[in-house]
Amino acid sequence: MKVSVENLVKTYSIKEGFFGRDTKTVKAVNGVSFDLRPGEVLGVVGESGCGKSTLARTMLGLIPADSGEVNYDGKNMVTLSQAEKKALRKNVQVIFQDPFSSLNPRLRVFDIIAEPLVIHGAYKDREDLERQVHSMMESVGLSPEQSQRYPHEFSGGQRQRIGIARALSLRPSFVVADEPVSALDVSVQSQILNLLKDLQKDLGLTMVFIAHDLAVVEYISDSVAVMYLGMIVEKADVESFFGRPRHPYSKLLLEAIPRMDRERKNFAAIEGEIPNPINIPSGCPFHTRCPIATEVCSSTKPDWRNIGAKENPHWVACHHA
Amino acid sequence: MTKASLLNVKNLNVSFMRDKAEVCAVDGIAINIASGQIVGLVGESGCGKSLTGQAIMGLLRHKRAVRVSGEVDFQNKNLLGMSEKQLRSIRGNEVAMIFQEPLTSLNPVFTIGNQLVEAYRLHQRIPFEQAYTASVEILKSVNIPDPVRCMGEYPHQLSGGMRQRVMIAMALTCDPKVLIADEPTTALDVTIQAQILRLLLRLREERDMGILLITHDLGVVAQVCDVVNVMYGGHIVEKGTVEDVLFSPRHPYTKGLIRSMPKIGNRRDKLQPLKGHVPALGQFPKGCRFRNRCEFAFEKCSQTPKLGAEAHPAACWLIDKGLGA
Repeated sequence: MKVSVENLVKTYSIKEGFFGRDTKTVKAVNGVSFDLRPGEVLGVVGESGCGKSTLARTMLGLIPADSGEVNYDGKNMVTLSQAEKKALRKNVQVIFQDPFSSLNPRLRVFDIIAEPLVIHGAYKDREDLERQVHSMMESVGLSPEQSQRYPHEFSGGQRQRIGIARALSLRPSFVVADEPVSALDVSVQSQILNLLKDLQKDLGLTMVFIAHDLAVVEYISDSVAVMYLGMIVEKADVESFFGRPRHPYSKLLLEAIPRMDRERKNFAAIEGEIPNPINIPSGCPFHTRCPIATEVCSSTKPDWRNIGAKENPHWVACHHA
Repeated sequence: MTKASLLNVKNLNVSFMRDKAEVCAVDGIAINIASGQIVGLVGESGCGKSLTGQAIMGLLRHKRAVRVSGEVDFQNKNLLGMSEKQLRSIRGNEVAMIFQEPLTSLNPVFTIGNQLVEAYRLHQRIPFEQAYTASVEILKSVNIPDPVRCMGEYPHQLSGGMRQRVMIAMALTCDPKVLIADEPTTALDVTIQAQILRLLLRLREERDMGILLITHDLGVVAQVCDVVNVMYGGHIVEKGTVEDVLFSPRHPYTKGLIRSMPKIGNRRDKLQPLKGHVPALGQFPKGCRFRNRCEFAFEKCSQTPKLGAEAHPAACWLIDKGLGA
């Protein structure tokens, strides 16, 4: 599926002060645009509070966007009617972070995985439903004999497999995975990553993969977008991003990861914290923490420009990249 | 290590009573922390690493269903054999602890200043004004930008990184010789994690503190620890210098953990996950606890392997066969 996001904006208002008389707006997603080729995996990274989960939910139509477009094969999710949205949702699915709270504890695994099929009427008869659910369970590495158990009887990794089976049971062509491995242990995380990578290849899924771990993103994605305060500050394919990150924030993020190297780093480069999204700094939002900021950075918002080749674009929003 | 040993944990056991059966969560582990040394304790969730930290601090002694035995020697005294009163003079003063989630470890209804001043007054019995000045100083030393303002704020008003700094400041009030840090950066973003790790490294330099760093992140271990203990199923399965353990691991579990970690710049190599998952407490196999997940398991693994006394030991029968190096 071809996915394109155009100037997407989502704001929240926060009431503060005496009886909540001061209303302030938080720009959680502040004009995000990107395109996805069919079958492409885009990794979205950023620190907590940068708006990556809001972006995911707005893209899915789980929360209404303020303005902008989310086009799936040319259909704009933001303006569709409920009925049209429902038809589209068959093709657009989501995998959540927390495998403990995203599964209904009172449903058996069979019913959890069958639910999307039932809602959309995507089965012929009971036998067909069973066959589909069982084959889905097998393809995510669960045994069909476990289908009558409840979620609490499974470990975190197995629960995440159930979540993946539920998301893929309708054979969607686009999936948003919102931090699907962050809550898992290292050994289980790698099992789930391999599973997602294999399924993505086999089914030709287009995917937005949200994570805060750059190593995970590099492993699974074709391209990377770095978010900061609701904006994408850099987007490129994985090779050119990790080969040569251009935005100072991306460089800092990469620098901050404790790597399993023999060489020790001094962690000296990173100062300060992500500013409060109620007061986004003027000009370039990153200038307050940026080691190479100059005057122009605090006054003028940098353009979103391509500094790579035309056929292999490397987008960045920085005056000095 | 030429430096004097500060804290010496010998044969520490922690067990629970569950359904009238005793379940062993930490089984005969030994850890040695010297001054100025950062000792890593690494493992997946459920391996007993946090319990080890809590047992050392004597935080499990009032739990009725928990039994702790063994020795924790600190300055020739066994912390586990002490009365609560004796322990109190050491806990906080000499051995301090920081936790993973600073929001739940700070009292939400008191200001930061209130909680810090209380710590000073309780432990050092100094007047309020002195305690206040000392509190501002300690906040400054953990890089809090506006310490005086921070003193008047409540925990919920601070960001996660700031809260963790306050926790560290509170642990430092009495200039402890040993700091037990239980996943201090797990809940934080990478940039903030880097700042906290840098802070821990600086404090170690300045105060010659011994630090036990409990973590699941091998990258953090590689960056800040001197020696590391790998835990699985309540046992230490491998220990040694960071260089030895991470770059020439001997135990199949350590090897598997390293292989299953995605590393930047290694995108082409497929991850090789360990099979299965950590079993629930009490459901580990008899003998070597890793054997149901181990690709090399053989008959001998039904007996429990012991950790040798060499510089880089691993508790695995393969090593006896000369295959585990």
